[in-house]
This record gives sequence, structure tokens and C-alpha cells, in this order.
Amino acid sequence: MVKFTFTGGIHPYDGKDLSKDKPIKEYLPKGELIYPLSQHIGAMAKPIVKKGDKVLTGQKIAEADGYVSAPIYATVSGTVKAIEPRRTVTGDGVMSIVVENDEEYNEVIFNTPKPVEILLKDEIIQLIREAGVVGMGGAGFPTHVKLSPKNPEDIDFVIVNCAECEPYLTSDYRRMVEEPEKLVEGLKIILRLFEKARGILAVEDNKSDCAKRLRKLTEKEDRISVVSLKTKYPQGSERHLIYAVTGRAIHSSMLPADAGCIVNNVDTVVAVYHAVKEGKPVMHRIVTVSGDCIKNPCNYLVRIGTNYGELIEESGGFIKEPEKIISGGPMMGFALFDVNVPATKTSSALLCFSKDEVSGAKQTACINCGRCVEVCPGRVVPSRLAVLADRGEKEAFEKMNGMECCECGCCSYICPAKRQLTQSIKSMRRMILADRKKK
Amino acid sequence: MKEKMEVSSNPHIRSKDSTDNIMLSVVIALMPATLFGVWNFGWYAALLIVVTVFTAVLSEHIFCKICKKPSTVRDMSAVVTGLLLALNLPPHFPLWMASLGAVFAIVVVKMLFGGLGQNFMNPALGARCFLMISFARYMTDFTCDAYTQATPLTAMKAGQSVNVLDMVIGRTGGTIGETSMIAIVLGACFLIALGVIDLKIPGLYLASFAVFLTVFGGHGFDVSFISAHLAGGGLMLGAFFMATDYATRPITKNGQYIYGILLGVLTGIFRLYGPGAEGVSYAIIIGNLLVPLIEKISLPKAFGKGGENA
Repeated sequence: MVKFTFTGGIHPYDGKDLSKDKPIKEYLPKGELIYPLSQHIGAMAKPIVKKGDKVLTGQKIAEADGYVSAPIYATVSGTVKAIEPRRTVTGDGVMSIVVENDEEYNEVIFNTPKPVEILLKDEIIQLIREAGVVGMGGAGFPTHVKLSPKNPEDIDFVIVNCAECEPYLTSDYRRMVEEPEKLVEGLKIILRLFEKARGILAVEDNKSDCAKRLRKLTEKEDRISVVSLKTKYPQGSERHLIYAVTGRAIHSSMLPADAGCIVNNVDTVVAVYHAVKEGKPVMHRIVTVSGDCIKNPCNYLVRIGTNYGELIEESGGFIKEPEKIISGGPMMGFALFDVNVPATKTSSALLCFSKDEVSGAKQTACINCGRCVEVCPGRVVPSRLAVLADRGEKEAFEKMNGMECCECGCCSYICPAKRQLTQSIKSMRRMILADRKKK
Repeated sequence: MKEKMEVSSNPHIRSKDSTDNIMLSVVIALMPATLFGVWNFGWYAALLIVVTVFTAVLSEHIFCKICKKPSTVRDMSAVVTGLLLALNLPPHFPLWMASLGAVFAIVVVKMLFGGLGQNFMNPALGARCFLMISFARYMTDFTCDAYTQATPLTAMKAGQSVNVLDMVIGRTGGTIGETSMIAIVLGACFLIALGVIDLKIPGLYLASFAVFLTVFGGHGFDVSFISAHLAGGGLMLGAFFMATDYATRPITKNGQYIYGILLGVLTGIFRLYGPGAEGVSYAIIIGNLLVPLIEKISLPKAFGKGGENA
């Protein structure tokens, strides 16, 4: 049974009004650009340039190292300044190629591929792979791997995740408002790979204007339909999106393909369009710069590698002293202790808040109120799992379905005692996953 | 701008709900029953309430100090415990006994087991039973200036007829806070509207109790008999304010269904077949003790493993 929603979830203040009506503005970076070699899940890319090399916009500077990996392209023209570890959004130092921007933006000549209609399936996947397309919703899983399931004929649905359920984020929304044609074309390209599958654009019902527009655009496409989802966080979670759209439920160790589904984010599908129609690699990303500290919240078309600090300046700087700066959404994003880190393929937002709601809240005893159980989309018991995690009881943790947690953060959000439930559960899951790898 | 920003694990936003707010809303929700009790029984009842609440708060504060821990009285939970205990006492109960009960509730039932959220039994009910065993004569003496006869439930047990309307309004003898069904339900509606409690436990508790009475009560489906039982004694106060106590009810949804039905059946057994007219306190306490077992058998299925619809 299809419900267009799931059980559990939360309704935080969404803050989207700050930036939702701001058209996408292209931002041209000034200083150096930093390209971490790991902007995706899988093996780190291998640099194919060295210090002192001149590079052009759109030139490949690192190639995929293995099947589950992705190449990286320069997004400005200039000189390779260094190949050294640089800090990324997670705070880790990651080996990166640093390019000094000559601000001339000289482009390589992109080869326009053959028309899609005559491309073979393998050629399409090869184009996507070469362009360095990865899951741009945040996970960064290489898209060519996702599009090559074991049994392609068993795929019934290709779902485009247009939920954008994270508060404050409007990058996907602006993309749908301004370039819905590219989204539909991108989906049609993916549908060429799966003859039997239906394409579904799943939009939350707080973006009904987009849904209307997309419906109009796909009127004549019998294989594509637009679905309105109930607005709720985490509606964009892959497993919950599949359930909302198809009624099929998968647990944590299953793949969407096991339920006959392939799910891609809006920007990923647009990247597929650029790759296959125009032969252009992934060079841009729409980033929402917002939050109560930002003078002019805005949506920028950002060249990958751009320093976040420049984006804050471009938005007019701070009107209030920020206490917390987040890369990504407030529910799943990373808190930054330094804004001088690069935007990557998976960046979606830069949020600056004058109040840090986490450090400001004092943790008190669990009162067993059960709110975490009510909101948990994984249908587990977060308060108990967190206790087991803190005690280090791995076996009991797994027995109580601890590995089924999707780390969405609903439990920590709702907890009246302000306990760091997600954090405890998350670190326990990491430990167990590491143990499994060892075996 | 600071050189280094604050970092923390996601999520980075928090809801407005807090433990203090929840406890405060329970206190507010108990106000109709409290005020009605004072109006019904007179100023001594007010004094009894104030003393019990004060002792409860003070004993938590002193306990924390003795254990060299920061005082937890600001979370208001001791106020809730003290108030609930007072509402469960007869209107002319001696002050020193009430204070002793409050100390027992806070120190023995709550703090010794780890404080807020860790107690295995509702502190107010634990104390009530402690007082019942220790001072049975005082605990069952409900005569006062306004009401000289027995409580409605005792009268019913003796085969006398009762006025159901008086019971619904609360113009009968009994403990300070239990008599008025209207006042209690008013407060419960407030909590339900705020989302602090829901109807799962109280609804099933009352429903299963009513079904039990219909089947075993010897009156069949007799509306006035059943409504007298529902309005009488501590059932309403117990169902809405004590069976829903977070710390001592199951946290799982299916567990709450089991718990609600269990309480209804136990209350029915105690009221129909027990020696006393009342049974709510003991039913809830036994329910409390079974919570770990109930939770164990009612662990939800995870999403993708059959639990997505639950």
C-alpha cells in the first residue's frame, strides 16, 4: 500500500523562507581552490597533475582509482599550487589538489557526446562515470555503480528524491524552479537504462509549485509521474522515500535495488544530464547560504573547491556573531570549527546560526517519556539503544536492532532531556561496522 | 567572529520541549483537581497539600546535597510527586504522617533507585501504599465535616445505592484529589492537548475495566453501576495521572496497550474480589513491576523488518 509518507518523523522549523525566493546566482571564486581527493564513497581519486602544472576549467586533475571511485575535475583555470592534506568539512585533513585561480576561467573544449537516442547503455554509464557523478544528496556514492545493479531488468522504479526535507535547504528547490527541464531530461536518460522502470519525481507537498510545474512538463511522458509526499523530516531518507512511494520496505542491510528501486537526488540527476547531453563533468553545485547570521541569504551556483569563507563574504557577511556554522542541513550536516574549507560535490548548504542549540542545552536524566520511540523512523527504541551504546554492550545493542538506525537525528531533536541519543548510537554503529570489516 | 566555532555531532537543532516544561504542565493539569479538593474539603486540605509538596521538594534537595550532587529540584518532578501523594490522602490526614510519606516517596522509591526516570515504581503510589500499611486507620478514615458517610465505593460494596451525578462532579467523600471526575478529566484534556500524555494507556485501562465489570460484576451491562465504578475511587486520577507516569510505564507502543489492559483487569479483580473497596493503587504498582517484562515481549519490529506500519 502506498502512503506517500512513513511512520514517525518530526516537523522542525524549516527556515526555507529565508532563501527560497532567491534565484540561483553564479559565484566566481577568487583565491585558491581546494579539491579533496575523496569527495565520494570508495577509493580516493589518484592525482594526474603535479605541482606547477597549468590546468584549465573542466580538465581532469584526478582519476578514479578502481570501480567504486570517481574522477575530479578542475573548476577554474590556473596553476597547481600543491598536493597536500587540507581540512575538509568533517574536520579531517584529506589529501587535496590546491589550484591557484588565474581568474580567467579558460575552459577545455567539451566533446558533445552522440545524441542520447543512439547511445548504448554502457556508453551512457561510461559517460556518467567519466564525469565524476556521485550522489550529491550527501552520501557521495558513485552514480555509475548505483546505475549498474546486478539485475537491471528487476528495477521497477527510478525515483528522483526531490523531498529536500532538511530545514533551511533550498538548493534542490531552486533547481526545480529554474531548471526543471534538465531534471526531467536527466531522468529520461536514466530511464533509458531500465526499460521496464517507471520514473517518479517525489516532491514534498510544501513545494507544490514545483510539483505542478513538473507535472506539466511530464504530461506527455507516460513513463514519468510526479508524486506528492507529506512534508516531514526525514522524508528524503532513501529507505523511507522508497516506502512512501512504493510501499516496499527495506532494512538497513538491503539495497534499494533489492526493492526494485533506484533513488537519485535532484542535483545528481541534473549532473547526469550535463554528463550525457553536454559531455560536461561535475564542476558545480548549488549551495544555499542561510541562517539568521547571514545578511543576504542566497542560493549560489558554486564551483566545487570554492572556499566557504568566500561565500559568506559574498552574502554580505554576518549581521550577528555566529555561534555555529554548519555545512549541510541542521539535522545531518557537519558543524565547522573553521569556515576555510572547500565546497565539495556533496555540499548543499552553509548555515550560520547565532545560537548553538546543542552546546546551550544541558543534558539531564532520561525521563523515559518515549518521544524518541514515537518519532523514530527506524522503529527502534533510541533511548534504550543509547544506554546500551554508552555502556559498550555491543551484543545487546545489535539484538535491539541498533544497526537499523538511519542516524537521522529525530531522537536527539525531540528529546526533552536534551540527550545526545543520535551521537551515542552513531558511534556504537561505527564501532560495530568496523568490527565487522575486520572479520 | 570567533577564531574557532563550536562543533558537535548532528543534529544541530533541538525542539522546544524540556523536562521542566513537561513537569510544569503536569502540575498545571493537576490544578483543577487540587482546587476542587480544597473547595470540597476545606483549608486543612490546602495545608496538607502544601506541607506534602514542600517536604517532597526539600527531601530531594537534601538527598542531593548529602550525595554531593547538584540539586535536581528545579525539574519540578518532586513537586509532581508531592502533589500526587497529597491528592491521594484523606482530607484530615495528620501532617507528620503525610511528610513521612513524602520522604519515603522521594528518598526510598525515587532517589535510592537513581532519581528521575530510574524509579521502578510510581513514587506517590509507593508512598501511598507505605502509608496504607503503616497507618491503615488514618488512611481509610474519610469522615470530615462535609461528608460523614462512607465513600461511594465502600457504600456500593456494602450494597447501598449511590448518586452517580455527585460522583462525577465530586461532591462525595474520598481522598483530596480523587473525587471529582470532571476536574481530573479537564486536567487530562490539557495534557492530551499538549501531547504530554496520550489516550493509549488511560483509554484502554478504563475500557478494559468497564468490560471486566460487565462480564464479572454481576450486574451485566448496567450503565449506572459501571459509571459509578469509573467515577468512584482513585480510578480517574490513577488512569490519567499515574498509569501514564513516564518512568514506570512501558516505553513501547504495544507494551502500552498490554499495560493498559492489564491495569483494567487487575483493578477489576481487586475491586470486585478484594477485601477493600479500592484497587487502583495496587493495580498500578503491580503493573509497574511487570513493565520490564512487558517491554521485553513488546519490542517493536524495525523498519524494513515488518515494523514500518506500526
